[in-house]
Amino acid sequence: MLFDDYNPLEKKQLQILDKDGKIVNKDLEPNIDDDTLIKMYKIMRLSRMSDEKALLYQRQGRMLTFAPAMGQEAAQVGPMAASVEKDWLVQAFRETAALLYKGVTVEQNYLYWYGNERGSRYDEGVNALPVNVPIGSQFSHAAGIAYAARYKKTGAAAIAFIGDGGTSHGEFHEGVNFAGTNDLPVVFIIQNNHYAISTPRAAQTRSETLAQKAIAYGIPGIQVDGNDPLAMFVATEEALKRARDGKGPTLIEAVTYRMGPHTTSDDPTLYRSDEEVEEWAGKDPIKRFNKYLANKKLWNKDKDEALTKEYKDYIKKTFKKVEASERPSVDEVFDYTYESLTPELKRQKEQRIKEIEESEAE
Amino acid sequence: MAEITLLNAINKTLDQQMEKDENVIVYGEDTGYEGGVFRVTAGLQKKYGKERVFDAPIAEGAIIGSAIGMAANGLRPVPEIQFSGFMFPGYNQIVTHLARMRNRSRGKYPMPVTIRMPYGGGVNALEHHSESLETLFAHIPGLKLVIPSTPYDAKGLLTAAIQDNDPVIYFEPKRIYRAFKQEVPDEEYTVPIGKAKVVEEGSDVTVVAWGAMMKDTLKAAKRLEEEGFSVEVIDLRTISPMDSDTVIESVKKTGRFVVVHEAVKTLGIGSELISRVNEGAFFHLEAQPTRVTGYDINIPLPKGEHHQTVSEDKIYKKLKEVATFK
Repeated sequence: MLFDDYNPLEKKQLQILDKDGKIVNKDLEPNIDDDTLIKMYKIMRLSRMSDEKALLYQRQGRMLTFAPAMGQEAAQVGPMAASVEKDWLVQAFRETAALLYKGVTVEQNYLYWYGNERGSRYDEGVNALPVNVPIGSQFSHAAGIAYAARYKKTGAAAIAFIGDGGTSHGEFHEGVNFAGTNDLPVVFIIQNNHYAISTPRAAQTRSETLAQKAIAYGIPGIQVDGNDPLAMFVATEEALKRARDGKGPTLIEAVTYRMGPHTTSDDPTLYRSDEEVEEWAGKDPIKRFNKYLANKKLWNKDKDEALTKEYKDYIKKTFKKVEASERPSVDEVFDYTYESLTPELKRQKEQRIKEIEESEAE
Repeated sequence: MAEITLLNAINKTLDQQMEKDENVIVYGEDTGYEGGVFRVTAGLQKKYGKERVFDAPIAEGAIIGSAIGMAANGLRPVPEIQFSGFMFPGYNQIVTHLARMRNRSRGKYPMPVTIRMPYGGGVNALEHHSESLETLFAHIPGLKLVIPSTPYDAKGLLTAAIQDNDPVIYFEPKRIYRAFKQEVPDEEYTVPIGKAKVVEEGSDVTVVAWGAMMKDTLKAAKRLEEEGFSVEVIDLRTISPMDSDTVIESVKKTGRFVVVHEAVKTLGIGSELISRVNEGAFFHLEAQPTRVTGYDINIPLPKGEHHQTVSEDKIYKKLKEVATFK
C-alpha cells in the first residue's frame, strides 16, 4: 500500500515529520512507544556527539581517519528502531548511529577507527557485519544472510546500507538482483547524502531518483525524507513486514545530507557552498526530532542538558580508555588469518616474535 | 567401493556432504536444474530441492558475496564458478571480504565456504576457459587452495574443504574430469589440506606437480626410470598452505628439483617452491632448481594452444637435463 502510494516515478517523497518538527502526514504517524522514541533520540544524540568529538580528537592528532555520520542519524535510527534484535545490520562505513542502536558500543566504534580490529569484533548476539570499506560490495552479503535466515526459518531479515555513490557500482546491481530473484528478506537502504566524496549525486546516474532503480528489479522502491526518523521508521517497518511475509526485498532511498566531511581527510568546502550547508543545517534530523518529542511532552530542555553532560563525560572517558588500549599483539595479527596457524605462518610468527625480542634487547 | 571418474567423485562427495550436513548449500550458474555445464552437480537439485541447490543469476560477485553472508549466518555454502577464468567479478569478494572476514571480525565470523571452479587448458575451449590462476589465490592470506589429480583425492580433498572452517578454493582439473577411473571408497574420508603426497619414491631427482599435470609428469618420470634414473614424484595437492616441508625433505635426499605447472612462468607457484627449496635445501643442491611451465603469454585459442601446452615430452627433457647435470 505504502509503496503504491509513493511511487518514485511520480516524484513522491515520504515525509511525516517536517523540518520544523511538525507532523505533516497524520495518517502515517507511527505508533511508537515512548521508550523507543526516547531511545531513538538518545542514540541520535550519542552518535552525533561521538562523531563531533572524534573529529575534534582527529584534528588534535589523537584520532585516525574516520567517516562521521553527522546529519544522517535519522536515516539510520529510523530503520533500526523498526527492526528487531534478531535482524541483521549490514553496514557500509558511515553507520555510527545504526551501530549504536544495534548494540555496538562507542568504545568499539572508536577502537576500530583508532586502528584496531578488536573494535570490529562486536559482541555475541549483535548481528552486524564489520565496517565494509570497498564501496557497494556489502549488498550481496545481506542477500546471503537473508538466504540463510529464510533457510533456517529464523524469521530474521537483513538491513543493508549503501551510499548514493555505491549505487553506481556493479555490486549494487548484483546484490539487489540476487535478493530480488530469490525473494529474500532484505531491506536495502540507500543513504543519498548527495556526495560521493566530492562527486555530486547527479554525476552518478541519469536516474531522477535512486528509489526508481527498484522498478528494474521488480521490487518496491520508495524515496523517503532521510532526515525524518518517523518516515524512515514507517518505510522500513513496511519493508520488513514484506520481507518477513516472504515477499522479498525493498529498496529505500533516504534523502539526507552529510553535514561533515566524507572522512577526516576530506575538505568539503572545496565542493559545497556555504548556502547549501546552511540550508541542510535547517533540516537537521536531531533538531526536528527534539521538537517532536517536546511536543509530545516526552522531552525538555533540562533533560537535554543533562543528557549532553552525561554523554560528554561518557565520550571523554571512553576515548581515554581507547587511547590507553593496548596495541594488537603478535597473536592477534597472526592468529585470525586461519582457524589454526599454517606451518609457514607459524615460522613467520616466530620470526616476528624474535624481531621484537631483539629490538627490545637493543 | 566403485571405479569412478574424478567428476563423478566430486558429484558423489557433494551428495554425501549434503546428506550429512543440512547447512551445505550448492549453487552457481546452471548448477541447479541442469546440474552444471559439466554435470558435476547433476541430480542434486532433484534430491535436495531448490532451496539447497539452485541456479544463481549470472553474477559472480553476488555468488561469492552471498556465500559470505550465508557463512556469516551459519551455513556452509559450496558455490560453483563455472570456469575459473570467469571468477574475476567475484575476485573482489574473495580478496576483499572472504579471505579477511575471520581476521576483520577477530574470529567472530569464520568463513566456511568452498568455491569450486574448473581450471586449466587442453579441452579446445573458448577464450577465458583455459586459465590456470593458482597464483592469484595462493597470494592471498586467509585463503586455502587445493587441486586434486585423482578421483580418490578429489573426494578426500573436497570433503576436507567443505568441513574446513576457512575459505577453500577447490580447483577442478577439467581436462581429466573423465580421463580415467579409480577405486573410490563409498564411506566418508578426508585427504588433509596442506599435505603433499609422495606418489613415487626416488633418489635422483624430485619433481613436483599437481592437478592435470600429474598424469604427464608421472609418464615422463616413468620414461626416465626406464632409462635407469630414480625419480621422486610429489603431488602437491594443496597449493596453499603449501607443504614445502615435504618437498624440501625430498630435495635434501635427491639434490635435484623440478617443478611443473601449466600456469604462466612469471610468479607462478614454481617461483615460490624454488625459493623455498633454496631456503630449505640449498646446501644439498647438485643442480639449479628449475621449472617447466607455460610461457608468459595469454593462453591461445585451441589451434594455437599446443604452443603453450606443458607436454610429457617437455617434462621428460627437463627432468633428464636436471638428473644428468654435473
